[in-house]
Amino acid sequence: MTEKHLKEGYYFWSGDVAAAEGAIAAGCRFYAGYPITPSSEIAEQMALRLPQVGGRFIEMEDEIGSIAAIIGASWTGERAMTATAGPGISLMNENIGLAVMTEVPIVVVNAMRGAPSTGLPTLIGQGDLMQARYGSHGSYEIISLYPNSIQETFDLMFDAFNLAEKYRVPVIYLLDGLLAHMYERVYVPPREEWEKRIVRRKRARKGQLPYEPDEDLVPPMPLIGEGFRIHATGLTHDERGYPNLTPQAQEKLIRRLNEKILRHEREIWKVEEFMTEDADVIVVSFGGESRAVKAAVKKARKEGIKAGMLRLITIWPFPWEYIRKYSADFIVAELNYGQIYHKVREYAETKVHKLNKMGGEIHTPDEVLKRIREVSGK
Amino acid sequence: MSIMEDLRREEEKLLRTERLPHVWCPGCGIGIVLNAFLRSVLRRNMDPNKLVVVSGIGCTGRAAGYVNVDSFHTTHGRAIPFAVGIKFARPDLNVVVFSGDGDLFAIGGNHFINAARRNHDLLIIAVNNFTYGMTGGQHGPTTPTGAYTTTTPYGNPDRPFNIPHLAISLGAPYVARWTTYHVNQLQNSIHKALGMKGFRVIEIISQCPTVYGRRNYMRSPLSMMEYFQKNSIVKNDATFEEMELTYNGKIVVGEFRSVEDIPTYEERYEDIIRRAQNEGGD
Repeated sequence: MTEKHLKEGYYFWSGDVAAAEGAIAAGCRFYAGYPITPSSEIAEQMALRLPQVGGRFIEMEDEIGSIAAIIGASWTGERAMTATAGPGISLMNENIGLAVMTEVPIVVVNAMRGAPSTGLPTLIGQGDLMQARYGSHGSYEIISLYPNSIQETFDLMFDAFNLAEKYRVPVIYLLDGLLAHMYERVYVPPREEWEKRIVRRKRARKGQLPYEPDEDLVPPMPLIGEGFRIHATGLTHDERGYPNLTPQAQEKLIRRLNEKILRHEREIWKVEEFMTEDADVIVVSFGGESRAVKAAVKKARKEGIKAGMLRLITIWPFPWEYIRKYSADFIVAELNYGQIYHKVREYAETKVHKLNKMGGEIHTPDEVLKRIREVSGK
Repeated sequence: MSIMEDLRREEEKLLRTERLPHVWCPGCGIGIVLNAFLRSVLRRNMDPNKLVVVSGIGCTGRAAGYVNVDSFHTTHGRAIPFAVGIKFARPDLNVVVFSGDGDLFAIGGNHFINAARRNHDLLIIAVNNFTYGMTGGQHGPTTPTGAYTTTTPYGNPDRPFNIPHLAISLGAPYVARWTTYHVNQLQNSIHKALGMKGFRVIEIISQCPTVYGRRNYMRSPLSMMEYFQKNSIVKNDATFEEMELTYNGKIVVGEFRSVEDIPTYEERYEDIIRRAQNEGGD
């Protein structure tokens, strides 16, 4: 038996395939999932490829079982992932909370489609941004990333797994119906090179308590089967992992779960600033939608309008400093009734405008351009 | 030092004694089941560092909190898929799901059915106390028809699962039922199942005098145990009808199925890895 790894070269992939291959390159060796449009091709690629590299794929009975299985697998030290779309995320949210509370690194892909409910299964939506942040019950911080090209879908998977492992937190990897099914050329570097990008989780030392944090507020993780006699519970717990149902234990634990992310937000933030330096109008955008926004910004510049684009690659924790630093007016272009608009308003000291479509298709560059003209008064 | 004293010392090594006293009510049967499990583990001479216990939510779900091995108290109904993830990722570990009837068969029923169908290599210890104890005694998927609970004040119109029959119909290689009265049989059964492979199911009828018995003419722990003693019949070749549980009726117990050598999901997947790596070029 020999493992079959990706070779250096150019590939023509859909976003789903790039997400799967990016995950495998980033060290993912365990996938449990349940098919759902437009993410099903991730499962198909994982079923084909994981056993080729000694990994394991299982198609579970539903999304709840899928996420429970990857949380269990992650405790054995595997980099574990599942992929789904909005309806599946809705089912997974309780266990996303379990992973937050018990600090288990996992990557959950959500290929967003038109929603609520069954919505537009095959078409793009961006309605799950707040759900990524607030989907499970309780007050917690989470990490969410969102690429905008097939190359970036591959590359950003390294960040997704590295951040999950570094901070012992679920990472919601957002895709959308456009990215999931769009094909583009992807460059895959030699294996030696990509393997250098992998950051492994901190492993607990012998005798260390399972929830005793280091100075960075993240407890090194013990693994199953190594004599740690781990106990983990979704109940409020102490450093030993034992239930401690007091306001004091709750205060200590929940503050740390939030602060371990917020204290490192600048390391987690990733944005693309395109022609923003001298801009009078900045369009905030993300995912598939940002492709049209960039084209519109270029057109606006040709017309003499000082437009720019701020593309959020990290959605959560929200990269607020990039809003605060500009004195331009903002347009938030998104495929929902207005979600990130409210976050931008929270931090902008200037005017913030909406540009919304309810999903199904992205804005055309001309629609974005029209809004830029209106806002700039030209 | 007596033999029992030695056994107690050995057992205590498998308990997180600093967490005692436990949350279970006086007279509860879950401790009897946990005791039988720990003694079976000792008899098997199992490496505690390679043993994993996974529980869901509820009274029995608290068992994971007391065993001194890698142990996980998960979300309601999800102990089985959580355990599937552990076992599939690390097939060398012994993974035991220790949970209650509501957790495993109502909210977690779909996971039970599908994990049994796939024949994951898991031992399922299913404590059936006829009720949702932790929430105060509502009726559940195993409450006998006619029984009184806080949500069946006029008697239960619902009908209960026939758990052994369900497990057998799904091809589970080992299926047994005992009550907390049958401590030795239960211990032997767990001991045997720990030495087998595949999806092994042991249902244990257990007393909940606090919220179930007192509403159903069995106010004390002893009266529930007497019911188990007087009404249990051992019948290993029981039929579907015989395995059905009725309100304060007969309880047919026994080892209903014990089959070796059915390949587990984990074993079948090893073959998938071989095929994926041997087939074609690269």
